[in-house]
Amino acid sequence: MRPFEFTRAPSLKEAGSLTAASDSMAIAGGTNLLDLMKLQVETPSRLADLNRLGFAQIEDTDDGGLLLGALATNTETAVHPRVRRDYPVLARAILAGATQQLRNKATNGGNLCQRTRCFYFTNIDQPCNKREPGSGCGAIDGIAKLHAILGTSDQCIATYPGDMAVALSALDATVLVSGPGTDRSVPLREFHVLPGDTPWVENVLERGEIITGITLPPPVGGTQLYRKVRERSSYAFALVSIAAIVEIADGKFTRADLAFGGLAHKPWHDPHLADALVGQAPSRELFDTAADILLEDARGYGENDFKIPLARRTLHAVLQQAAEDAA
Amino acid sequence: MKVHFKQDEPDNANRLDGMKQDVLGKPVSRVEGLAKVTGTAPYAAEYPVANCAEGVLVTSTIARGDATHIDKDSVLSMPGVLAVIDDERLTTRAAQGTANEAPKQGPRQVCYWGQPIALVVAESFEQARDAAKHLGVEYREEGGAPLDPASAETEEQEDETVRQGDLAQAMRDAAHSVDVTYTTKGHASAAMEPHAAIAEWEGDRLTVHASLQMLNYNISELADALGVEEENIRLVSRFVGGGFGSKLGISEEVVAAALAARELGRPVRVVLSRQQVFQCIMRRSETTQRLRLAATSDGTLTGFGHEALVSNLPGEEFAEPVLQSSHFLYGGENRELMLMVARIHRMTAGSVRAPGEAAGMPALEAAMDVLAEKAGIDPVELRLRNIPEKNPEEGLPFSSHTLAQCLKQGADAFGWDSGPRRPRQRREGEWWIGTGMASAARVHNIAEARARVTLRPDGTALVETDMTDIGTGTYTILAQIAGEMLGLPPKTVMVDLGDTAHPRGPGSGGSWGAPSIGSAVYVACKAIREELAAKAGVAEDRLELKKGATSDGQEIGDLLGGKDLVREGHYEPGDIEDDYTASGFGAFFAEVRVNAYTGETRVDRMLGAFGFGRVLNAKTARSQCLGGITWSIGVALTEALEFDPRDGHLVNCDLAEYHVPVHRDVPDLEVAMVEERDGAASPIQAKGIGELGMCGGAAAIANAIYNACGARLFDYPMTPDRVLSVTAD
Amino acid sequence: MAEPITVNGTPQPIPDDPRVTLLDFLRHDLGLTGTKKGCDHGQCGACTVIVNGIRINSCLTLAAMHEGDSVTTIEGLGTPDEPSPLQRAFLEHDGFQCGYCTPGQICSATALLQELAENWPSDASEKLEGSIAITSEEIRERMSGNLCRCGAYANIVAAIEEIAAGETA
Repeated sequence: MRPFEFTRAPSLKEAGSLTAASDSMAIAGGTNLLDLMKLQVETPSRLADLNRLGFAQIEDTDDGGLLLGALATNTETAVHPRVRRDYPVLARAILAGATQQLRNKATNGGNLCQRTRCFYFTNIDQPCNKREPGSGCGAIDGIAKLHAILGTSDQCIATYPGDMAVALSALDATVLVSGPGTDRSVPLREFHVLPGDTPWVENVLERGEIITGITLPPPVGGTQLYRKVRERSSYAFALVSIAAIVEIADGKFTRADLAFGGLAHKPWHDPHLADALVGQAPSRELFDTAADILLEDARGYGENDFKIPLARRTLHAVLQQAAEDAA
Repeated sequence: MKVHFKQDEPDNANRLDGMKQDVLGKPVSRVEGLAKVTGTAPYAAEYPVANCAEGVLVTSTIARGDATHIDKDSVLSMPGVLAVIDDERLTTRAAQGTANEAPKQGPRQVCYWGQPIALVVAESFEQARDAAKHLGVEYREEGGAPLDPASAETEEQEDETVRQGDLAQAMRDAAHSVDVTYTTKGHASAAMEPHAAIAEWEGDRLTVHASLQMLNYNISELADALGVEEENIRLVSRFVGGGFGSKLGISEEVVAAALAARELGRPVRVVLSRQQVFQCIMRRSETTQRLRLAATSDGTLTGFGHEALVSNLPGEEFAEPVLQSSHFLYGGENRELMLMVARIHRMTAGSVRAPGEAAGMPALEAAMDVLAEKAGIDPVELRLRNIPEKNPEEGLPFSSHTLAQCLKQGADAFGWDSGPRRPRQRREGEWWIGTGMASAARVHNIAEARARVTLRPDGTALVETDMTDIGTGTYTILAQIAGEMLGLPPKTVMVDLGDTAHPRGPGSGGSWGAPSIGSAVYVACKAIREELAAKAGVAEDRLELKKGATSDGQEIGDLLGGKDLVREGHYEPGDIEDDYTASGFGAFFAEVRVNAYTGETRVDRMLGAFGFGRVLNAKTARSQCLGGITWSIGVALTEALEFDPRDGHLVNCDLAEYHVPVHRDVPDLEVAMVEERDGAASPIQAKGIGELGMCGGAAAIANAIYNACGARLFDYPMTPDRVLSVTAD
Repeated sequence: MAEPITVNGTPQPIPDDPRVTLLDFLRHDLGLTGTKKGCDHGQCGACTVIVNGIRINSCLTLAAMHEGDSVTTIEGLGTPDEPSPLQRAFLEHDGFQCGYCTPGQICSATALLQELAENWPSDASEKLEGSIAITSEEIRERMSGNLCRCGAYANIVAAIEEIAAGETA
C-alpha cells in the first residue's frame, strides 16, 4: 500500500469534497479496495472513510418498495425480513457471493463498485487497459476463462464479478447518488457501462459522487431464482449466473425479468428476452429462442468459448425450474 | 550414549504389541493441540524479537534474462527504508527436498517470471512492501524462452525407462486393449502458512525461526547458501503451518532474512506474500500421460504401458515421478514405461504432496476403468485379478500387500454394487448420480533418523530431535511410542521438535517421517529398556513397564537412582530398502452428482480403505487419510495452475483463483484402516500415511463422473466446461 | 483523539500509520499472533476475528476504521487452561492438523453458532424464512470462507455439529 491520508468523512457533503480529487477515494467496507491497494492496483493518496455517515438503513419506501442504505452490509441486506420475503432473488444472489466474513463487511454501495477479477488487471506487472490505459489487454490471447462473451471491446474483455447487482438488475433497482451539485437516481441497469474504448470507466459515477442507497420497486412476487455456476461449490466467482423473476399465468409467461452475471462488463440485461418469453408457453424451443437472443452477439476468446453453451444450458435450467416452480 | 541400529532384515517381532502401557495406536488427541486451538502455538513469523526489521522480496517481471541494474536509490530515500539487499548469495528458487546444498543460480540471472532478485528492508512491513513495489530494476531480456512443455526440448529420465517384452505386439494380440492419453494440470502446495523467517545474528552465530519441513537438510543448505559453517547456525521450526512439499528445501526468504540481518546488524523478518508463495516456491508439474493396457478376455493384463511428459526448469534434477507406482501396481509381462522432462521457464517443479502418484495414479486408475468397461468386468474385480505376486519388473517380493484386502473391505463398507455397470442410470432432478472406484498406492520411503530420549527419575521422559511436525502428528506419535516403550502415559512424555540443537531427524517429507523418526525413538527407548532391565535384574524382553513402574512394582525413578537415563537412537535403513518393494495400498470409492445442464460435479460421499502398516495413532492417521482424500477432490475437480502462454507467468497466483477445495466441496468422508504389521517397512512395522490418501482418489471421482453422466474425460481437473463439452443435456 | 479499539476487553490505541490493517495491528502491534495471516487478501479466512459480534476478515480492514469497536480474537475465546467448548471440540475431533487455519476456523465457527441462532439463511438453506435446520451442509457452506489445506474439513464439521447440537438441545 502506498501511504495515504485517512480521514473520517464527517458528513455526506464533506465526503463528496474529500473524494472529488482524482487521487482520492472513498472507503466503506474496504473488502475490495484494500485488496487492490495492497496490490497497488489502486493507489489513492487520500481515503475518506464513509462508515459513520449513517446511511446504513433498510426501510420501506413510500411506494411499497425498499430502500437499501449504501452502507448497509451485504449480510444485513440478505437477512432483512423484507428482502427475504419480497425480494428473494436478491437475498439468494448475495448469499451466493463471497463468504460470510466478506458479506459481513462488504457494503451495498461498495458491492456495486467492486472491480473485475481479471488476472491481468490485478497484476500490475502485466498490461491492462483498465488499470493503465493504452498498455494493452493481457487477457485477449492470454488466460481468459473467466472473461466476457458479451459487450466486449478490443480494449477489454473483463467481467463485472458481483452477484448482488445481477439480482438488482433483474429487479430493476435504482441507485441513489449524491453529488457535489445535485443528487440523482440512476437505474441499476444503466449504472454499469461496457468497456468500449474507455475500459477504466466502469460505472456512471462522477468524481465526488457517493452512492447513498439503492431502491427496489414494489415487490412483484413470482418465482425468483438466482442460479450461479461456479468451479467450487462455494466461494468462487460465477462462470455464469442468472437472476430470474418469472411469473406464469394460464400456462404462459406473464413476466420474465432476467439478468446475467459472468458474461459481461456489467450485469447483462436484454429487454428482448422478456419480449420473446412473455405471452409464450414454456418449452425447450422457446428457451432456445431466448438463448439465441441472449447469445446472438456473443463472442468467445478461446478459453471462455464454453460460456456460450454454458449460458444457453443454464438459461434452460433456470427457465425450466421457474416453469416447474410456477406451475 | 548413542545407539545405532541398521535394519537389514525385517523385524517381525512386533515388540510394540507386547508392551503394557497400551497407548500406541490409540486415538490420542494431539499433545500440542491445546496450543493450536487457542492460538498460542508460535509459527515462524510470530516469535517476539526486539528491534526486528521487515523485509519484502522483489521479484522479476521477465521469464529469462538478466537483472542488469538495481536502482537502490529509487527506494532508499523512502520513509523507513533501511536497505536493499542484492547480495549474490540470495537464492532465487527453493532447494529440492533432500538437496543438502543451496540452489546455485544467483539473483542476477532470471530463469522464470516472479523469481526473487532483491530484498527491500524497512522499519515496518507497510514501508517495506510499498518500497518493494517501487524498486527500479533494469533487465536484459533473453527472448524466446521455452514456456510450453508441449513444444519444448525434452530429456528422457533413463532410470525410469522400462522395456520388457513387446508391448506393441501384446496390444495387437489383446482381447481388450486401451490406449488413452490423460493430462493433469500443475498443482500448488498452498500450505496455509506462507513461508516465513526471522533471522538474528549474535556475532557469527545465526538463529533463524523458519517454516521448514527438513531441518536436517535445510541447515546444510543454508550454510552452503551463506558460506558459513553449519555449527554456527541454529534453525527452529517448532510449528509449521503446513508443508506438502513446499517447505522441503531451503527457500528464498530464509537466505534473504539471514543476509539482511547480517548486513543491518539487527534481526530481520521476511514473510512471502501469498502471491509470492505461488510464484517462487514449488509447483507440481503438469503432466501428459499415455496409458496402454492389453488384457486377455478375462481381464488379465498382458501388457502395460505408461509414458509421461512432465516439465521443469533447465538444470533441475527433479522430474515428477509419475510412474512410481506404475512400476509395480499391476502385472503384465510386456511393459513399456518412460518419463520425459520438458525444459521450460516456469518456477521450479518439485514435490507437492505425493509427488508422482498424485498425478500418475489418477491417469492409470481412470484407464483401468476404461478397460473394465471394455472387458465387461467389475472394476474392483479387474484390479483383484491383476495384483502381481511380486514386483513385475524387478522381481522383488513385496514387504506386505494389502490391496486386495483394501478393495474388498472398501467395497463392502461403501456398499459397492458389483453388478454390470452402465453410465447414465440414475437421475435425480437436474443431477446425474454415479459411483466410481480406484486403487491407491504410494511407495514406502524411510530414512536415517536420530532422536534423544531422556528418562527422568520423576517418571517423565523427554524426546528431542530436529524432526518437524507439519500437522502430521509427529509430536503425538512420538509421545505414544516412547510412552508405550517406557510404560508412561503420553502426557508425561515431553516432545521437543524442530530445533537443530537436537539430534538430526529425517525431516517431514515423502511420508517417511513417522516410520523413520518413530524407529529412532524406538531404538533409543529399547536401549533405555535394556538399561532398566539390567537394573531390575530381568531380561529386556521380559521387562514389563506400565504407569511408570515395573510389573513387580518398582518405580522407574527408583531404578534410575536419581539420575537421568539418556540414549540417542540412530536408526538407519539397511538392506530392507533393497530387498523388498514396499508400498502402502488402498482403495477409493466415490459417489458424485453431475449437473446435466451445467456440468458442475459435487462429491456426495467418498470412502478410502488403506493399509499402511501399524497404525500409530488412530485419530491422527485417520486425519492424514481425510486430508489426502480432500486433496483428491481438488485434483479431480478444481485445482489447476494456469500459466500465461506469452511470458510464462503464473496467472492464478492466489487462493481466490487457484481453487483448493472449500468446506462445501468436501462431503462426509469415511476411512477404513486395514491394520497390518510390515516388519520390512520399519522396526515399528509402520509405513507412511501422509500421501497415500490422495494417490488415485481423483480417478475414483473421474470414474464416477463417467458412471453418472457418460462423460469420459481425459483431462484433470474436470471443471464444468470440460464436463459440459462431452455431456448431452 | 481517536477512540481506542477494545481487543479482548482491553482498550488499545489506534496505530499511527493508517495503512496498518486490523490483522497486522493484532499480530504485530499487540503481539496477538493467534490471528493468522494466510493470504492477506480475504481469500483464506485464517485472519477471521469477531468485531462487535460479527465475524470478518481482519486482513481486509484498516485498524483505523475500527475506532470504538470491540474485537474478539482467538485469545479472547479461551486459553489452554480454559478452552471454549468449540476449542475443546476441535481438539477432541482432531479438527486441525498443522493448526495454522485453526484460530480462524474457530472464530468463524463461534460466530456461525450465533448466526444460526438468529436464523440467518445461507446459500445452502432451502428456505430463506423461518428457522434454519442445522445440517452438515449448512455448516459446510457457512464455513467455506475458511480454507484448510491439511484437509481437516470433515473433522471440523463434526466438531461444530457437536457444539451446535448441544446448544440447540
